[in-house]
Amino acid sequence: MRSITIGESTFSCQPDETVLETLLRENVQVPNGCRQGLCQACMMRSLDNSPPVLAQVGLKDTLQKQNYFLACVCHPEQDMTVALPNRQGASIEAVVIKKQLLTPDIVQLVLEYQSPFNFFAGQFVNLKRPDGLTRSYSIANIPQHENILEFHIRRLPNGQFSSWVYDELELGAQLTISEAQGSCHYLPGRAEQPLMLVGTGSGLAPLYGIIADALAQEHSGPIHLFHGSRDLNGLYFIDEMHELAEKFDNFHYTPCLSGEDIESDHIQGRAHDIALSSTETLNGWRVFLCGHPEMVNQTKRMAFMKGASIGDIYADAFHVIQAEK
Amino acid sequence: MSDSQETTSSQTLYEKIGGEAAVNAAVDIFYRKVLADYRINRFFDNSDMEKQAAKQKAFLTMAFGGPNNYSGQDMRNAHAHLVKMGLNASHFDAVMEHLGATLTELNVPQELIAQAAAIAESTRNDVLGK
Repeated sequence: MRSITIGESTFSCQPDETVLETLLRENVQVPNGCRQGLCQACMMRSLDNSPPVLAQVGLKDTLQKQNYFLACVCHPEQDMTVALPNRQGASIEAVVIKKQLLTPDIVQLVLEYQSPFNFFAGQFVNLKRPDGLTRSYSIANIPQHENILEFHIRRLPNGQFSSWVYDELELGAQLTISEAQGSCHYLPGRAEQPLMLVGTGSGLAPLYGIIADALAQEHSGPIHLFHGSRDLNGLYFIDEMHELAEKFDNFHYTPCLSGEDIESDHIQGRAHDIALSSTETLNGWRVFLCGHPEMVNQTKRMAFMKGASIGDIYADAFHVIQAEK
Repeated sequence: MSDSQETTSSQTLYEKIGGEAAVNAAVDIFYRKVLADYRINRFFDNSDMEKQAAKQKAFLTMAFGGPNNYSGQDMRNAHAHLVKMGLNASHFDAVMEHLGATLTELNVPQELIAQAAAIAESTRNDVLGK
């Protein structure tokens, strides 16, 4: 008989029982729906071993890679330690080693950590300051030997956390970071596939990481980045991106400005409009969308209608937490 | 889950249509048709397209005669909020159109399309809360 551990509790999975059945029998609250591996309501994550392949059918490839599975069709092949999505709770400490303005509105923050930490470029973590205030930010770098995490933080009007990072956070200060989360990241395989990446403002952060990851893993298909902002303060890394395009023939960079009457050499228009009109079809493409929630959701739909498969669209909408009044 | 059917001399509808691979091929085509249809797309408007696609997949699996556990009551509960939004027979008809067109596009023989349509049709009253 296999055992299922969740949080502090361990239960026995009866022969023929699924993980969902075991947990529900033991009165553990697990959202569920169809109970046949289709609706994905009961998605959970295995924290130790790879889950059975059959329990991962239909899940997004990035989620499969992170050992997510559907509890309702999971017959354990070995003992499992499981958690509901985003309830893993493990966190580590990290120290600020760099803080630099990229534009008047966006600051680059680099943290160094000591404990083992796994992530994919493009995932996000929750940053927690000592008094407990917590915000999610995307990781802009790929895993390296230096044990660092890079973030691009946009200063929001009345943003409690972002203002604090700007005005008060000092080098050497300590922050708590959650486990890396999110399914918007690059996976190797299908190296010849064309990639389209569209980001607004600090939505470049995860895309920057994803591009670095794709290039490091020798993605051979064309990689098209469209970075948009209303004004020049939201565009950054322009030189870095142009340099990257010089260095890699398959990488193409289009900075876009949507505001009116701005003197610049950049293309005028909204990044997602320009991106979508740049190609006849997205059939066979892999699409990454990060930034403003409205842009992300609209573009997701338009990219799908234009031929991209749902499974090939990776999105991360940056929802702004309203400041408490 | 494509291995739960017993293989006998006569294949099931689900097997004849092509099983899970057919569902996977059909889901993007079907969902695109539904989203492009101004008559019904408001019922499918959901920023979580993955979840919506998973539901389409469940629906297509059922219509193809595949393994499913949906009871009439489940169908009623799942669509009750849409009925409140005005879901009626004309919308159901539109979905049936898209189901047929999707299968035609995938070159499924007409007699099998008719069988799938009959299964989908059998949920009409539950879906519409009649």
